Amino acid sequence: MPRVKTRDFGVRAVGDRVFNLTTLAMALMILALLGGLTVELFSHALPSIKAFGFGFLTSTDWDPTTDLYGALPFIYGTVVSSVLALIIAVPLALGVALCLSEMAPAWLSRKIGFLVELLAAIPSVVYGLWGIFVAGPWLRDHLDPLLAKTFCFLPLFQGPQVSVSMLTASVILAIMVLPYISAVCTDVFRAVPSSQREAALALGATKWEMVRIAVLPYGVSGIIGAIILGLGRALGETIAVAMVIGNSPQISASLFMPSATLASVIANEFVEATSALNLSALFELGLVLLVLGLGLNIAARLMVYGATQRRFQKPT
Amino acid sequence: MTLTKSARSRRQYLRKLKSDAMVGLTVLATAIALVPLFLVLGYLASKGAASVNWNFFTKMPAPVGQSGGGMANAIVGTFELVGLACALGVPIGVAAGIYLAENRGGALAQAIRFSADVMMGVPTIVVGIFCYAIVVRPFGGFSTLAGAIALAVIMIPLVTRTAEEMILLVPHELREAALALGVPRWRTSLLIVARTAASGIATGVILAVARVAGETAPLLFTAFGNRFWSTSLFQPISSLTMQVYTYAISPFADWQRQAWAGALVLTAIVLALEIGVRWLTRGDAQVAR
Repeated sequence: MPRVKTRDFGVRAVGDRVFNLTTLAMALMILALLGGLTVELFSHALPSIKAFGFGFLTSTDWDPTTDLYGALPFIYGTVVSSVLALIIAVPLALGVALCLSEMAPAWLSRKIGFLVELLAAIPSVVYGLWGIFVAGPWLRDHLDPLLAKTFCFLPLFQGPQVSVSMLTASVILAIMVLPYISAVCTDVFRAVPSSQREAALALGATKWEMVRIAVLPYGVSGIIGAIILGLGRALGETIAVAMVIGNSPQISASLFMPSATLASVIANEFVEATSALNLSALFELGLVLLVLGLGLNIAARLMVYGATQRRFQKPT
Repeated sequence: MTLTKSARSRRQYLRKLKSDAMVGLTVLATAIALVPLFLVLGYLASKGAASVNWNFFTKMPAPVGQSGGGMANAIVGTFELVGLACALGVPIGVAAGIYLAENRGGALAQAIRFSADVMMGVPTIVVGIFCYAIVVRPFGGFSTLAGAIALAVIMIPLVTRTAEEMILLVPHELREAALALGVPRWRTSLLIVARTAASGIATGVILAVARVAGETAPLLFTAFGNRFWSTSLFQPISSLTMQVYTYAISPFADWQRQAWAGALVLTAIVLALEIGVRWLTRGDAQVAR
């Protein structure tokens, strides 16, 4: 019956078309959200961009009473706290990743990997709470005096020691980004073909020499990608940092002093913005954060793709 | 080759020693990395357990200066926000994931996949002020809906990428068999392929829920927090995370005590989701990063 057949085909075509269009629309939603984020932030930041121009990024004034805004103290706080966090976290994360991918037997590696993932699962407000009441005071009483005594010639470690400080924020951030970096690095190391390892071992390499010759060089772009990914996380982390950094918009040489980051000042002042320009300046801080986050992520993703996709090219 | 035998064995020994030392260092690094986990959980258990009681789950927050009270509204608020976020975000995420899996090589699909990955790295506070700009301002106030939308925006890329990965795991033969039997393409995609991947997708959704349930920053300017019950989607609402934040930075000992209790309950919920999922899937579950 040709008539039924055509109708059947018609229904089919309509069903397929509706389905395809729906999934396409939802997928396009992601592009729309990303575009919308950028456009909305930019348009709300526009009054502030017009008022301060590029000076916004280099000025250290942040004064709602006179409506003068400059982002430098927050950019400084964000960059220093994140970089310091990475200095603490990266060596540890590499150690964890190597231990999980190269050293530990599979069953143990799975168990430890699970514990490290739990570290990433703990909500940031809980880290903040722990930072305020436990880690901060502990660092002030134990680590700060030690650093001050050992490195008394460095301005980084001079001056009064406070429990809410740049240093506390960096340590908490380090704990929070470590699982991300180590997870990506573990993936990168696991993607190194085992033929590489076997070749090194066959040449008489010890375990560490194998890692150094065969694993690390192979994963280098992936490792850098993982570090940048961690940096992106650290830059954008808000609540835990806002709770322990002290939120004071000043640039001080000492790591023992309170500071503020782009994210923490938005969290603190957004609801209480006193003027339209104040709100717009906060949107501009958000825009700076977005641009930093997007830039770092685009770079990191490209590097990690390169490093983990190689396994698919391996001849089977 | 010019080395004497003893010199060679000495070098051999040093190399072995160095290797063992480096292995030891990686083990040490792992141990150090796990110390904070146990410290945080330990403090939560000891400080939080002392303040968790029946009132905590059933009473409303007490006014300043009065002791007692609980977080009943915040607990319900967390469930309400996350539930609504799922209702908004999961269908979009899964549909987008299906699109990405079915158009794997396409240029548009690749652009969207990359955008989703990049979106995971957008700071959540930025998502918060974005939702303030597109929802709170036009609708004239902080609301449950705005908070849920912010959480949904965070969930969508996570769910999309997990759904895609899970659908790609479904053997291609299954799809071919269905098509050969004359099942229309869209029914094959939805009822055969996506359904086969359903448990994997559900796992990804639960892990995404665990992540957004612990979010504070995107809620501050959208859901805003509320000391009372929120009776409509257009009213501000509280969440455990915001309540813990407010209490933790308050100067009152009683509130700080309750912050620990709230943190314990929050962490218990999040970890129960994570551990439960991993236990059910025997450790295979992984959410996109």
